[in-house]
Amino acid sequence: MTSVMDEARLRSLTPNVLAVLVRRGADFAAAEDAVQEALVEAVRVWPITPPRDPRGWLITVAWRKFLDETRADTARRRREHLVDHEPGPGPATSRDDTLQLYFLCAHPSLTPSSAVALTLRAVGGLTTRQIARAYLVPEATMAQRISRAKRTVSGVRFDQPGDVATVLRVLYLVFNEGYSGDIDLAAEAIRLTRQLAAAIDHPEVAGLLALMLLHHARRATRTAPDGSLVPLAEQDRGRWDTASIAEGVAILQAALARDRLGEFQAQAAIAALHADAPTAEETDWVQIVEWYDELLRLTDSPVVRLNRAVAVGQADGPRAGLAALAELDGTLPRHTAVAAYLHERDGDLATAARLYAEAARKASSLAERDHLTRQAARLNARGRG
Amino acid sequence: MAKYLLLKHYRGAPAPVNDVPMDQWTPDEISAHMQYMRDFADRLEKTGEFVDGQALAPEGTWVRYDGEGRPPVTDGPFAETKDLIAGWMVIDVDSHERAVELAGELSAAPGAGGKPIHEWLELRPFYGVSPTVTE
Repeated sequence: MTSVMDEARLRSLTPNVLAVLVRRGADFAAAEDAVQEALVEAVRVWPITPPRDPRGWLITVAWRKFLDETRADTARRRREHLVDHEPGPGPATSRDDTLQLYFLCAHPSLTPSSAVALTLRAVGGLTTRQIARAYLVPEATMAQRISRAKRTVSGVRFDQPGDVATVLRVLYLVFNEGYSGDIDLAAEAIRLTRQLAAAIDHPEVAGLLALMLLHHARRATRTAPDGSLVPLAEQDRGRWDTASIAEGVAILQAALARDRLGEFQAQAAIAALHADAPTAEETDWVQIVEWYDELLRLTDSPVVRLNRAVAVGQADGPRAGLAALAELDGTLPRHTAVAAYLHERDGDLATAARLYAEAARKASSLAERDHLTRQAARLNARGRG
Repeated sequence: MAKYLLLKHYRGAPAPVNDVPMDQWTPDEISAHMQYMRDFADRLEKTGEFVDGQALAPEGTWVRYDGEGRPPVTDGPFAETKDLIAGWMVIDVDSHERAVELAGELSAAPGAGGKPIHEWLELRPFYGVSPTVTE
């Protein structure tokens, strides 16, 4: 347990071990607690005495923890029954079990934040403290969120078929939270999506994995050393992670070949076109607009329409982009920022500067606010100079 | 140790000495300002005096209870609101003098022309805990 790699390998065993306990008759909430305790013990013990069979070790220890917990008199009879019928650790159908856990943790009865927290703990094997730090909330708050979530799904049968779309939404949320504290949520989301892709053959799972890999490949170039945002067009493309891009593109192509297009595949296709352009000027904006049209057919969201207006501005000129923008609701997030950008490209610097300053006041993150303020300052300085 | 809240205002504080809105600075001046703020927080973490720091978006909503079974009433944002908080930093320091010293340092963050803004910051002490030993 000395390296991050080891910890990831340990945590990858979590869903399988948890599923074994549930199949042996432990209720989900108690089994989940027991697996957490076993993980903590593994971190402590393995560096000194590495187990020959890590999965078997975890199952044995987690099962013992579970039995210890159910030692209360009221639970004794049930425990004795369970001990009598304890099966060997034997081979489990880990693919299906893993999948069932994803479904359970993303169950539609859970709020998005609860589903995220439960997935990170029960499937991801993160501790409550790690999840709390990543989301910048007190540990006690996160502990409550997780135990409430477990109570909510306690009546759900483990073998019920679930909806892949709800799982993908949860993983997408985790990925977008990015990086704060000592847990890299984007990397964790990729790991969990990869694990899901191994458990189920589904083009949208592949599409989401490709989308994540393609965005993750650009991460190092997205912020300057001083913490400020670097827009796509100004990123140092030489520092994009080519291995991650190649993997994302290959996964996407295989998914698209199956001809069951979905929202994530279309988004990944757009990301792939950006990744593919050697310079910002060589971006194939015409094809990107086509993918946005495709995306609109799949999901008519205002955010997609806004992004499409940007792409139209690149493909057909800023006037066309402004015309597309004029059809949209002006109160949409980032609407003003997009308008500022298109006016700047159209040569109307005074309007652009005013709109950038206005967009800064409406920004939803500090980095975005500072970036937009800087854009306004840049144009104002040019106006003075 | 005593905790203090350092409040920074979008509006409502007395006018600073170097009073130029940020979008009229140069991009480099903005970067220098941000760097100063970051360095300040980093330094306080190293001295063990930093507790928390957050920034707030300028547009908020007023909300109040409107009676049993009715949805809350919302109002605003009010463009004319006099007092608009931009963000805060919580510090845990040994004395009021130290808190004043740190607030002064933060207020020296560079603005237009690379010169200190001399921005007015509001320094508010937290209520402390009642001492266990009183006699």
